[in-house]
Amino acid sequence: MSQDAWLTAEVAGPKKASLITKPEIADAMIRRAKRPIFIVGSIAAEIDLEEKKLIDYIILMARRCSIQVVATANTNSEFLKRNFTPDAVMPAVDIGNRLTDPTWQGVDGKGPHDLAIFVGLPYQMAWTILSGLKNFAPNLKTISLDNVYQPNARWSFSNISVKNWIMNLEAILGNREA
Amino acid sequence: MGTRDISIRIKEIETEIGQIKDIRFSVGRLAQETWDEPQGPTPFPSITALRDWDLTLLKRYKPFYLPFCDLCCLCTFGKCDLTGDKKGACGITMPAQQSRIVLLAACIGAATHTSHARELVTHLITEFGEDERLDPGGLNIKVEAPITRLVCGVKPETLGDLEQVLDYAEQQITSLLACTHTGQEGNPLDLESKVFHTGMIDHLSMEVADIAQVSAYHLPKADPDAPLIDIGFGTVDTTKPVILVIGHNVPPAVEIMDYMQENDLVGTIEVTGICCTGIDMTRYSQKAKIIGPISWQIRYVRSGIPDIIVVDEQCIRTDILDEARALQIPVIATSEKNCLGLPNRTGDRSDAIIDDLVSGRTDGAFILNPEMVGEIAVRTAMRMRPKHKKKKGSILSPDEAIEEAKRCTQCRECRRACPNDLHISDAMRAFGRNDPTMLAEIYDACVGCIKCEQACTQDIPIHSLIIIAAGEKLKNEAFRLRAGRGAIQDIEIRQVGGPIVLGEIPGIVAFVGCANYPGGGHELAEMAIEFANRRFIICTSGCAAMTIGMYRDEDGRSPYEIYPGNFEAGGMVNVGSCVSNAHISGAAVKIASIFARRNLRGNYEEIADYVYNRVGAVGVAWGAMSQKAASIAAGFWRLGIPVIVGPHGTKYRRMLLGRSDHDDDWYVNDARTGEQVYVGPVPEHLFIAVETKEEAMVMIAKLSMRPNDTSRGRALKLTHYIDLHRRLLGSMPTDIHRFVRLEADIPITMKEDIVAILKEKDWRETVIPDPTLIQKKEGSS
Repeated sequence: MSQDAWLTAEVAGPKKASLITKPEIADAMIRRAKRPIFIVGSIAAEIDLEEKKLIDYIILMARRCSIQVVATANTNSEFLKRNFTPDAVMPAVDIGNRLTDPTWQGVDGKGPHDLAIFVGLPYQMAWTILSGLKNFAPNLKTISLDNVYQPNARWSFSNISVKNWIMNLEAILGNREA
Repeated sequence: MGTRDISIRIKEIETEIGQIKDIRFSVGRLAQETWDEPQGPTPFPSITALRDWDLTLLKRYKPFYLPFCDLCCLCTFGKCDLTGDKKGACGITMPAQQSRIVLLAACIGAATHTSHARELVTHLITEFGEDERLDPGGLNIKVEAPITRLVCGVKPETLGDLEQVLDYAEQQITSLLACTHTGQEGNPLDLESKVFHTGMIDHLSMEVADIAQVSAYHLPKADPDAPLIDIGFGTVDTTKPVILVIGHNVPPAVEIMDYMQENDLVGTIEVTGICCTGIDMTRYSQKAKIIGPISWQIRYVRSGIPDIIVVDEQCIRTDILDEARALQIPVIATSEKNCLGLPNRTGDRSDAIIDDLVSGRTDGAFILNPEMVGEIAVRTAMRMRPKHKKKKGSILSPDEAIEEAKRCTQCRECRRACPNDLHISDAMRAFGRNDPTMLAEIYDACVGCIKCEQACTQDIPIHSLIIIAAGEKLKNEAFRLRAGRGAIQDIEIRQVGGPIVLGEIPGIVAFVGCANYPGGGHELAEMAIEFANRRFIICTSGCAAMTIGMYRDEDGRSPYEIYPGNFEAGGMVNVGSCVSNAHISGAAVKIASIFARRNLRGNYEEIADYVYNRVGAVGVAWGAMSQKAASIAAGFWRLGIPVIVGPHGTKYRRMLLGRSDHDDDWYVNDARTGEQVYVGPVPEHLFIAVETKEEAMVMIAKLSMRPNDTSRGRALKLTHYIDLHRRLLGSMPTDIHRFVRLEADIPITMKEDIVAILKEKDWRETVIPDPTLIQKKEGSS
């Protein structure tokens, strides 16, 4: 497993994401978080993971792990089609900006989020927003759950195959009660 | 600013030729005797003269930094790691470094337009004289240069008058660039203020460039019925000699067409253009044809169709000579800013140069005389044509292309280089099995950067394969584009000024910028059509204007054939090339001047405050790529006009975002009462990247709201916002309560749903003020 950015030229700075080498790492991060939040981009509804779409895994995970969800762009429509209502709908840079504000009380107004889980955004958009959070949200942990390495997250998968990705997502889900 | 104005009057002088009386002459000074408008507070503003205004905007729209690089490597102290709260060896912080790079980019952009304007004005003065009258719109335009009047407080009347404006612009850009030096400005917001200043200068120079060329070359003069011209690969008659012109500075292309006219060659040679020179030469002659935006360079050159390539400046691939050499197409470089390593042949005889180009003894020539370029390009194309005998469809045959595809090892390095993450390797596999479908689909979203080829471990000419797979699509690229009309007429402004300011025309949407589209150009056209149908005023320019033209409806019509070219609700207004963008900001400024009768002269802050609070204009640079796009955007920001970019736009390193949840940010002064009034987050953001076309459309509708909207206007704007949000994002927006000020603002057809939301949010009525962000100074009346 390597820490090479998926887009070859998007090399990171001195501080780059640790690898999620096994699903237990992501699972533990989520368990420890008091106020986790998903930021789910439009590609989540396009990616086929065998018989499911990526967004279906997100919904299962959000429900089982009690994670609030921000839908960016038109992802909201895809959630609603699946009878899942996100906690907020806003542009990716807007939620990114709010997460850098330590006084922001989160999408439900009950306190700052301590973990942001990014998935399904265009690669370079996630790259830049995570860079903003790396530099300006020191108290926020970030995870990328895409199957490509996001160097600016705190934790990220390496560039892994779809099969491996499914296995990881299933394993995280498997640790939770249905 | 320092002034170089010299005015000398001599009552009487004795000379060898006799006695001369009452001589008066001026140097570096514009004739102002005919302009009685009082001078405003900031003519020729220095780089800090408008700082208070900038900081007022930046208080609402704070930068959200998205560092594209964690390091600074601009001096030998570095590289310095600026991650988090670390400082560099010079003491610079990460936020300041990001703003500094934005300023640097904006300076590059503004310098490029200013240099372009200078070159153009100097050339036109040489050709037509400094007393050539400026005439951008005949009787239809009295406010000939709204940005120049606003910024400089002068009223240019001749080509010569523009030189002083450019003197000022060049001086400002030099100072702004100096601010990026190590150990200069280190405060992020001061750097941002300077970004705004750079943008303002950029619009000034763009205006100078376009009114100069419109006046001297008699390009369409604010003409809503400018002719429809041909655009697309498929419009070229490949049986004729073909000249390709690329770039932005039109004199060499003009000379090509003049030479053809003078030598009775019109109709016998195809003159084709890519990028803004393409746009501007079709403003000069309807016979010229546009191939497409910037991203069409490689695909067109590799088609083998051009017999000669003439490049001027800006947005030209720096490897164009390599590409041309592979197909033995000679190249003529015509700008000192882009010599391509070619020998300077300006002093040589035309016959000798043509012989060398045709024989292949030289790849190309650097020629600084546009008139000479005109002759040489035409004569060379005519002689090259028989040499190119049968026009090839591509540098590879279809069978050769399939064999190339079979060499793909599926390493996926091409996909990992592709900015749009296109599934190139999967498509290559299919193409190797004689199925071109996937590769042809990739053509639609390909931005023509050929990074895939650079990454290929097998040296497969991937982009050529994409072109071959999409061969039929290319042949069918034949559309109609309305030639760039230039400025907006004063009478058009009078007609729409009221409805815009009251909100009853829901907005002006300007589709501008480059062609780095995330999902293909059709998205841009679809957006433009959506908002034209919603009776917004649509303005287009540059690559965006071309892209919108390269789309057809079920009846085969392009948007320019469907919608009128008037600046009116539902109009599709192509103003022209990059430099014509100044007519869009100029139109906003003219609303304040012509409709509201505010003084323009050196009165930037008041006019920007007017535009910000009243004119529901939104810029959309869906494929913004360049530094020029950065400076153009910055010029709109200073006028308070928000700009939306596509997902690649986050690479500009920072957004300017409002916080709708911070109520305190959204108060204005009511000029009638002096009270502070909450007006809601309108417009919510000043610079924002969005992810998809759908999100962009909702954002356009949202950002068109302004504090001054009447209830009727606000209800109309809310109708568009809510309708698009429901249709494209799937639900009612949750922030409606922030935009409803009075019950009368509620769209009647949505009343039930909205009232329920307002109740839930504990909404209360407020008032519609006479909005301004400018605090009256103590003691002023």
